[in-house]
Amino acid sequence: MLEAKALACERGGRRLFGGISIALEPGALVRVRGPNGSGKTSLLRILAGLTRPAEGEVRWRGAPIAELAEAYGAEMLFLGHAPGVKAELTAAENLAFALRLAGIAAGEREVREALARWGVGAQAGLPARVLSEGQRRRVALARLALASRVPLWLLDEPFAALDEDGVGLLRERLATHLAAGGMAVLTSHQEIALAARRVHTVALGA
Amino acid sequence: MLRGFTLTLARDMRLALRRKGDAANVLLFFVIVASLFPLGTGAEPGPLRAIGAGVVWVCALLASLLSLPRLFAADLADGTLEQMLVSAQPLGALVAGKIAAHWLTTGLPLALVAPLLGLQYGLPTDALAVLLASVLLGSPVLSLLGAAGAALTLGVRGAGVLAGILVLPLCVPALVFGAGAVAATLSALDPAPHLSLLGAFLAVSFVLGLWASCAALRVALD
Repeated sequence: MLEAKALACERGGRRLFGGISIALEPGALVRVRGPNGSGKTSLLRILAGLTRPAEGEVRWRGAPIAELAEAYGAEMLFLGHAPGVKAELTAAENLAFALRLAGIAAGEREVREALARWGVGAQAGLPARVLSEGQRRRVALARLALASRVPLWLLDEPFAALDEDGVGLLRERLATHLAAGGMAVLTSHQEIALAARRVHTVALGA
Repeated sequence: MLRGFTLTLARDMRLALRRKGDAANVLLFFVIVASLFPLGTGAEPGPLRAIGAGVVWVCALLASLLSLPRLFAADLADGTLEQMLVSAQPLGALVAGKIAAHWLTTGLPLALVAPLLGLQYGLPTDALAVLLASVLLGSPVLSLLGAAGAALTLGVRGAGVLAGILVLPLCVPALVFGAGAVAATLSALDPAPHLSLLGAFLAVSFVLGLWASCAALRVALD
């Protein structure tokens, strides 16, 4: 499904990594590990089609992602460092916008349910300005609750700023997604046990 | 396509309603600067009438420039722009929605106030109507080319000034045809050719502005 061949990345004239190949089949999880500055985020951004690799290419269902453009966007969900949550909008409005942007159809009730499942149901009507960092992260992650039909998840440091309960929720959500034949690539520097049929590890900066 | 357009349009309109001060500042700047000229140049009706349309147009240009830096910068800072680039909706439609919202919150109010400012310059009624028409047609040009300038200078230090240096020269045709239409009316000529040319320039800047904005956003986030 997702295939990356001999990826190389250069940042500011410095080579971060090279020769990285990834092949993802349904139900598999790729975990990108490495110290700070080793290019974990850059690799994820290359897989999302945000950054162009210095060498190599990424293919989705056999076609280069650069040609697929928004058709790839409909089958992929990318969550970066910044949660993409607008301070002036309420938690519910933020989630509704993020879902529509990702091409996921969801009604007002589903949005509220998703927020409730992520423990920010009581804050649904509050502007994101008054939410804490962790709560904003939960609002951003709440889109995963409704993203079962999006096969590929690319998550950059998804466990950052989450409390123990949040980490548990995310692990559980990832496990159901993978069990249903979904795919995920995630970066993290903590060791977190994840239930998946197949876990590949890509080590950068080794 | 349309879904992406209405999505960002509705969101940016809602954001503008939550931060009314931003749009009000632009309008106030326009009114104040355009009102300073009659005070500074003296109240003789002849010279005032001659410079009226040009001054109002230049002030509209500068006022809309004022609102450019935050067009994409806020979305870049909170990660929304990233989400727009990996969206299931075409980027062009999303950016077009943002530009449309920018025009509705800055360009349209400027156009509606322009005839009132024209009164200060002693413009006759028919010239005021043409001034309204020319700013209505011309202000989308400012939003479109301005968006390209804002996207090109995204994340650069002093982006506001740089965007102005990039965008203002490109807006010269809009200024010439827009102010020219009013000048034609004042000399009892037909303003239609000027307005047609302005419309043609709007069509060109729609294609170029949108394309350049999308390309620049992709580069900015690379």
